[in-house]
Amino acid sequence: MLGRTLQEVSAALKQGQITPVELCQKCLSLIKKTKFLNAYITISEEVALKQAEESEKRYKKGHSLGALDGIPVAVKDNFSTSGIETTCASNMLKGYVPPYNATVVQRLLDQGAVLMGKTNLDEFAMGSGSTDGVFGPVKNPWSYSKQYREKRKQKPHGENEDSNWLITGGSSGGSAAAVSAFTCFAALGSDTGGSTRNPAAHCGIVGFKPSYGLVSRHGLIPLVNSMDVPGILTRCVDDAATVLGVLAGHDPKDSTTIQDPGKPFMLSSLTDVSKLCIGIPKEYLVPELSSEVRSFWSKAANLFESEGAKVIEVSLPHTSYSIVCYHVLCTSEVASNMARFDGLEYGHRCDIDVSTEAMYAATRREGFNDVVRGRILAGNFFLLKENYANYFIKAQKVRRLIANDFVNVFNSGVDVLLTPTTLSEAVPYLEFIKEDNRTRSAQDDIFTQAVNMAGLPAVSVPVALSNQGLPVGLQFIGRAFCDQQLLTVAKWFEKQVQFPVIQLQELMDDCSSVFEIEKLASVSLKQ
Amino acid sequence: MAAPMLRGRCLGRCWALACIDSGSRHGRGAATGFTSSGKRGQSFVAQQPLLTAQKSRKGEHKWAAVVGLEIHAQIASNSKLFSGSQVHFAAPPNSLVSFFDASLPGTLPVLNRRCVEAAVMTGLALNCHINKKSLFDRKHYFYADLPAGYQITQQRLPIAVNGSLAYSVCVGKKWRQVITKTVRIKQIQLEQDSGKSLHDELRSQTLIDLNRAGVGLLEVVLEPDMSCGEEAATAVRELQLILQALGTSQANMAEGQLRVDANISVHHPGEPLGVRTEVKNLNSARFLARAIDYEIQRQINELENGCEILNETRSFDYKLGCTVPMRDKEGKQDYRFMPEPNLPPLLLYDTASLPAGADPQQVINIDRIREQLPELPSETREKLIQQYGILPEHSFALLNEVGLLEFFQNVIKETRAEPKKVTSWVLNIFLGFLKQRNLAVNESPVTPSVLAELLNLLDRKVISSAAAKQVFEELWRSKGKTPSQIVSERKLELMQDEEALERVCHAVMEGHPQVVMDMKRGNPRAINKLIGLVRKVTHNRADPTVIKEILEKQLSS
Repeated sequence: MLGRTLQEVSAALKQGQITPVELCQKCLSLIKKTKFLNAYITISEEVALKQAEESEKRYKKGHSLGALDGIPVAVKDNFSTSGIETTCASNMLKGYVPPYNATVVQRLLDQGAVLMGKTNLDEFAMGSGSTDGVFGPVKNPWSYSKQYREKRKQKPHGENEDSNWLITGGSSGGSAAAVSAFTCFAALGSDTGGSTRNPAAHCGIVGFKPSYGLVSRHGLIPLVNSMDVPGILTRCVDDAATVLGVLAGHDPKDSTTIQDPGKPFMLSSLTDVSKLCIGIPKEYLVPELSSEVRSFWSKAANLFESEGAKVIEVSLPHTSYSIVCYHVLCTSEVASNMARFDGLEYGHRCDIDVSTEAMYAATRREGFNDVVRGRILAGNFFLLKENYANYFIKAQKVRRLIANDFVNVFNSGVDVLLTPTTLSEAVPYLEFIKEDNRTRSAQDDIFTQAVNMAGLPAVSVPVALSNQGLPVGLQFIGRAFCDQQLLTVAKWFEKQVQFPVIQLQELMDDCSSVFEIEKLASVSLKQ
Repeated sequence: MAAPMLRGRCLGRCWALACIDSGSRHGRGAATGFTSSGKRGQSFVAQQPLLTAQKSRKGEHKWAAVVGLEIHAQIASNSKLFSGSQVHFAAPPNSLVSFFDASLPGTLPVLNRRCVEAAVMTGLALNCHINKKSLFDRKHYFYADLPAGYQITQQRLPIAVNGSLAYSVCVGKKWRQVITKTVRIKQIQLEQDSGKSLHDELRSQTLIDLNRAGVGLLEVVLEPDMSCGEEAATAVRELQLILQALGTSQANMAEGQLRVDANISVHHPGEPLGVRTEVKNLNSARFLARAIDYEIQRQINELENGCEILNETRSFDYKLGCTVPMRDKEGKQDYRFMPEPNLPPLLLYDTASLPAGADPQQVINIDRIREQLPELPSETREKLIQQYGILPEHSFALLNEVGLLEFFQNVIKETRAEPKKVTSWVLNIFLGFLKQRNLAVNESPVTPSVLAELLNLLDRKVISSAAAKQVFEELWRSKGKTPSQIVSERKLELMQDEEALERVCHAVMEGHPQVVMDMKRGNPRAINKLIGLVRKVTHNRADPTVIKEILEKQLSS
C-alpha cells in the first residue's frame, strides 16, 4: 500500500481498502524503521494519528474532503507549523514552536492531509547536500536499494559499506528521502536555487518548483524572498499536480502571490507531442556534466523528436553569470532576513548579558553555523553603501538579463526547455564533504538556479538508473504561470521512461507490504 | 534660495520683527548634503536676536542658520502599516502585537490601504507630486525595539515628492502683520514605527513594548528653508493643523504621534553651508524651538572659539535646556538599504490611467482622494476673515485650539451679536476661563447655545457688559441654568425705568456735592466718578450711556 502513488492510495481510501488510521500507522512504523536515514527532524505522531482519526470519521460519513483526505504528508522543517517545533535545522530555532501554520501547510490540513512530521534540511536551507544541518546529514534511501547494492557488488570495494552511503542532495533532502522511502505520499520542500529539484533527482522522485507567485510563501522561513518558492516532492507527476491544485492561488498574507483565481490542476494525458517545441539550451552542456547524464539528456531529446516534437537548440547566453549573480543576491537577502534572529523575541539566546550588543553577537555566533554566518558576512559586505552599486545593483541587472534570456527563448516559440537537473547521480557523503558548502552549492545549482532568477516553473522527473544503479533526473522548464502545460509534458515523458521503483526489501525485510504493488518496470532509456 | 541672516541690531522676540532684506539672498551650496535644487516658494529673512546679542562688532561675523526638519507623523489608522494589529495609544504593553510585528520568521508584510490613502491625501494637501509608482526598502540596524533588524521605509522612490508648506508668522509690535513663508517639502515617505524601549537602569534591564512597532508613519522631510527655532516650530504647528484637518494623523506631540528631528547648521552667508548636526526626538513645539535656538547658538560659539562642528546626532535635555551628543553612534551607521522583496511596487492611478474593469478594492485613485480633500486651515482662516471681518491673528487663534473654531461657529449661528463681539468673547473670556482651569473646549460647561443666549441678552441691551461677565462666571459655577434664569434670579437686567434711574442719579448727586462741584469746574473725569457711583447703587443694572445722559441733563438744568 505504501508503495502506491498518492492518487492510487487516495482511491484505496475511498474504496475502503485501507483506513486513514491504518495508513498513518503504517507510515509511522516505516518512519521509525528508517530513522537512520535521518529524513525527519520531528515526527508528529500524536498529531498525525489525531488527524487520521478525524479523516476516518469523514470517510465513514462519506464526507471526505477530497484527494488529500487521510493522505500522509511531510513538510520541510522551514515551514511554520502551529504547535510543532520548526527548527530550520539550526541551533538558532531549536525549541521554537510557531503559533501559526504556513499557508501551504494550512491548505494541506484543510484538505484533510495527515502531517507525519518535519523533514531535515541544510541549516536554513543553505546547501545542496542536506549535510549541513545541526541534526546531521540525510542519507539517500537509494544507498540501501537492491539496485545500487547489486551494482556495487560487481566492483571491488575496500571500504566499509555503511560509511559509503550517498547524500540526498538538498537542501530539501529530508523531504526527498521521506517520499523516496515510502514514509509519506507527498512532501513540501522549498526551492530557492534548486533545493527541491536537486534532491528529487538524486532520490528518484518528482520535484516540482511552481512559478514564483503561484504558491504562497507565508510561513516559509525565507532564504531569498525574491526566489523562494514552496516545492512539491511526489512519486509521480500527477501527484505533484494534485498537490499544486491544493496549494496554488492568491494568499492575502503574501502580496507577491498572483490575484487570478486558481483553477484546479487536472492533467490531461498528452497523446500527441507533435505540436510541441522543446528547447535544448546549449549553455547547459558544460564540461562538468557526467557523460551518463548527458547521454540520458540526449536520449530524452531524441525521444521527443522521434514522437514528432520539434526539438531545437536554443541559447540562454547569460547562464554562466547566474551563479555569481545568485551569490550576491542570495547572501544580501540572507544578511537581511537573518537580522531578526537576535535572541530577543524567540529562538536561541546566549547567557551573556553584559550588554544588548554582546548578547546579540554571542547569540548569533552560537545560533548559526559557519555557512549561515559566512553568507551573512558576505551579504552585509555587498549591501554596504560603498559596495551596493557595484555588487547588488549589478547583480540585479544581470538577473534581469538572465530572466530575459528565458523570455526571448519562449517568445521564439519554444514551449518547454529540457535540461539535466544535476551534473551526476548522487555522490557518497565522504566524497561530497571534500568540498565546502559554497563550492558545492555553486556546482550543484548550475542547472536549476537560473530558473529561480526568472521565477519560472520547473520540474525534475526521474529518467533512469545510472550504471551504478542510481537515479538520474532531467528537468523541464516552462513559461511563467504555464505550470499546467509544463506538468502535462512532464507527465507524458514520465510515462515514456517508466522509471523503476526503488527496491528496499533487503533492508526493510519486514516491510514486505511496502512493495506489494511493485512493478518491475522496464527502463526504456537503457544505455 | 535665500538663507536668512542673523544680525545684531534686532530686539525682542525672534519673529516679533520682520526685516525683509532682499540683499541677504545668496546662493546655497550643497556642501552638507542638503538638496537645493529649484528656487520655489518665498523666502523671508527672520531676525535671530538670541544668537547675535554678543555680536555687536559691526560687520563682523554675520552668521546665518539653516534648519531642515524630518517629521514623523503617526498615521491615524485602525491597524498597522503592514499588519492587522490595532493601533491605540497607551494600551497595555505588548497587547497589540501580531506575529508580523514581533518578526516571527516566515511572516510577510501586507500593505494597509488606509495608510496609503493617508499618505496620498497628505501629499496632495502639501502640494506634492504623487508618484504613481513608489517602492519599499529595508533599512537595517540592530536595536532591541526593532524586532526584524530592519525598518521598512521608502528610501529610493517615496510616495510623494516636491511639495511645499506655507506657514504664517505674526509680526509687528502688536503682531498685527501676518507674513507667509514657505518651506519646500522634499518628500513624504511611508514607513514603520519602531517599538519602545524602557530602560530600567536600576536593574540594568531593558523592557520592550512592541505595541508601537509597525504603526504607519508619514515621514515628511522639510528642506532647510528655515532659520530659527520659532520658524521651525510654526511650520510644524501648521503641518500639525493640516494633518488634523485631513484626519491623516492625530498629530498629538504629547502622545508621540508627531515627532521632529532637526538638521541644523550655521555658516557665513555666501559661503558653503556648515557641517550640520541632527537633534533628535523633539516632542513638543516649545522644546523644538528652544533646542534649535540653543543648537544654533552653540554652533556659533564653537566656531567663534575656533572649534569644529562634528556631524553628529544630539538630543535635547529639556531640564538643562541644552543639546547633548547621543551616546550611540547612530549617525555613523551604514543602514545597508535593500529593496523590500516581499512588497511589489506600490502603484497608484488617476482617473485617466485607471485600468478598465479594475477592482476598486485593489486600486487607489488619486483623483478620488483629491475630491475628498477637506478645507485646509489656511482656507478656513481666509474664510473667517472674509466672512466675519475678524482680524488675521484672531483667525489663527480660533484654529489653534482643538474644537474652538466649531464652538465659535456654533455661537455665531445662534446669536445676533456682531461677529467681532463673538470673537472677543470666545477668544478672551471663554478661552481665558478654559486656560485658567486647564480644560479643553469640549470639557467646557458652557455650551455654544448658552453663550449665544448670553450674547443675545447683551446685544438686546437687556444686561450690561459687566453684568454679562457676571452671568458668565455664574454659568461656569452652576451648570444647567440658562443665562436668562441667572439674570432674573440676580436681578441683573438693565433698569428700563428711566424715572427710577433719574431718582437714583439725583440722590447720588445730592450725596456727593464735592464731585458735582468738580464737574461744574470743568473736570471731565468727575462725571465718570458719578457714573460709577450710580452703577454701584444700581448693581450694574443701568446702562452707563443712559446714566451719563441723565447726569448731564440734571447738571445743566
